[in-house]
Amino acid sequence: MKRLTPYLLALPSWMWLAVFLVVPLAAMASVSLQTGNAIDGFAMTFSFSNYADALGRYSTQLVRSLWYGGLATVAMLVIGYPVAYWIAFKGGSRKSVYLFLLLLPFFVSFVLRTISWGFLLADDGVLFGTLKGWGLLPADFHVLATTVAVVGGLTYNFLPFMILPIYVALERVDPRVVEAAYDLYASRTAAFRRVVLPLSLPGVFAGVLMTFVPATADPVNAQVLGGTGNTMIGNIIQTEYLTNLNYPTASALSFTLMAVLLIGIFIYARALGTENVLEAAAR
Amino acid sequence: MSATTLTRRPRGRLGDRLLHAYTWLIIVWLSSPIAVMILFGFNDKKSKSNTSWQGFTLRWYQQLFDISDLTTALKNSLTVAVASTLITVVIGTMLGLALGRHRFRGRGVTNFLVFAAISTPELVMGASLLSLFVSANLPRDALTIIIAHVLFSLSFVTVTVRARVITLDPSLEEAARDLGATAWGTFRQVTLPAVLPGVLSGGMLAFALSIDDYVVTSFVNGSTVTFPLWIIGSVKTGIPPQVNVMGTLIFGIGVLIAVANAVAARRRRT
Repeated sequence: MKRLTPYLLALPSWMWLAVFLVVPLAAMASVSLQTGNAIDGFAMTFSFSNYADALGRYSTQLVRSLWYGGLATVAMLVIGYPVAYWIAFKGGSRKSVYLFLLLLPFFVSFVLRTISWGFLLADDGVLFGTLKGWGLLPADFHVLATTVAVVGGLTYNFLPFMILPIYVALERVDPRVVEAAYDLYASRTAAFRRVVLPLSLPGVFAGVLMTFVPATADPVNAQVLGGTGNTMIGNIIQTEYLTNLNYPTASALSFTLMAVLLIGIFIYARALGTENVLEAAAR
Repeated sequence: MSATTLTRRPRGRLGDRLLHAYTWLIIVWLSSPIAVMILFGFNDKKSKSNTSWQGFTLRWYQQLFDISDLTTALKNSLTVAVASTLITVVIGTMLGLALGRHRFRGRGVTNFLVFAAISTPELVMGASLLSLFVSANLPRDALTIIIAHVLFSLSFVTVTVRARVITLDPSLEEAARDLGATAWGTFRQVTLPAVLPGVLSGGMLAFALSIDDYVVTSFVNGSTVTFPLWIIGSVKTGIPPQVNVMGTLIFGIGVLIAVANAVAARRRRT
């Protein structure tokens, strides 16, 4: 009995993960090679050309998604690192208060948060409308329906996921190590560059993973903030699946997206060489 | 000695103050859409769009449930969140215990699957589930939404519980067994109370993830509409202030629970 315990404990989750994670991915792989239509049904024809077709039609959006996701990730890193640094080293006894304040937006639904953000950025909204009223901005100034709006929205929505892991890594840096650097006559810059920064890299690694993947695959920001000219691959996959019922193309696109992201993560992990991504991400 | 310290670290103060101000700036930035959402739930709007301030009213709080589709959507979201959280907490805790406490065959694969479920983009998860449901000719409704929500929350509960189990001293359980407790008695009286904070925070996370989810749900919902789906659907026609009010109430309740939880945790420690 005792030897069976772990298997019995794991069994329900195994089944859930097998039936609803592994099998669906296999189903998607299979659908991506089928041909047919929603009315007559789809049949397996091993049409690898589905991939070529899908990529031929939507490579713009795929590349754009990676570009926007990458831009947003860099923006989050640049914006978020100083915040994580300050809270970790200077937050004192109020560290948890600052972290709580950073997490406040998560108590509002992602969709609603994005809409509120778009509402703030509206051409004649509270912010720009007022500034235009004062004559500080030209009347045709707008941010909505531009690249800036979408990348800004992604940055806004996922920023805490960048700050938290970096904070965790910095928080674990022993202050005595930094002291030692100063005692050895390191300047502030040198102490940061040679001691603090390398020790925070696992956090940066986890932060980039936790933000780049969801930002690249996100359909909401482009839909709410992007207008018609900034469609991302997420929007295309949704439309192909749900409106056009073109399951093979949609599956092929989803698979391509996942493959591109996985390969990216793999190269990135090899380059930075962090052993336990999950541990870092989970904390 | 203090003189040398000063010459070695002269530039701390100003930089720190700037960073302090910067941190607050980011906090304000992150919170501003929330403030706007709360504020415009009190807007006495007359025109169709709710974009400019037209005076204070509590009207939308009184008429909170007047839009029946929206109310149904909120009810659907709550039902799905409760059901999926219950399932996730039970099976996720079991898996967390297995991974944190036991060595067994397939442990590596299990850890990999748990990681894969966290790192699969929501979009791919939703799309692949729809591929399965379409291939299996399974109609999409609240049940398929619950299945999907359990899937994406499972790993989070598992990881939280596992982290808690690892810090647990195994000799406590041995002591209970030595004192004649049965396996079930040991679990109920020793193991479970010790991992309970992990289970609770995992459960809260699962609930929050479920009630918030739009992307995965949009693939597997069929004709069942949840709160985020309803909001997205009404973007083009204009978001009614009732949505702001519901968002505000969910926000308030969430913050209250989180603060109460933090206070309770602090009290336990002291």
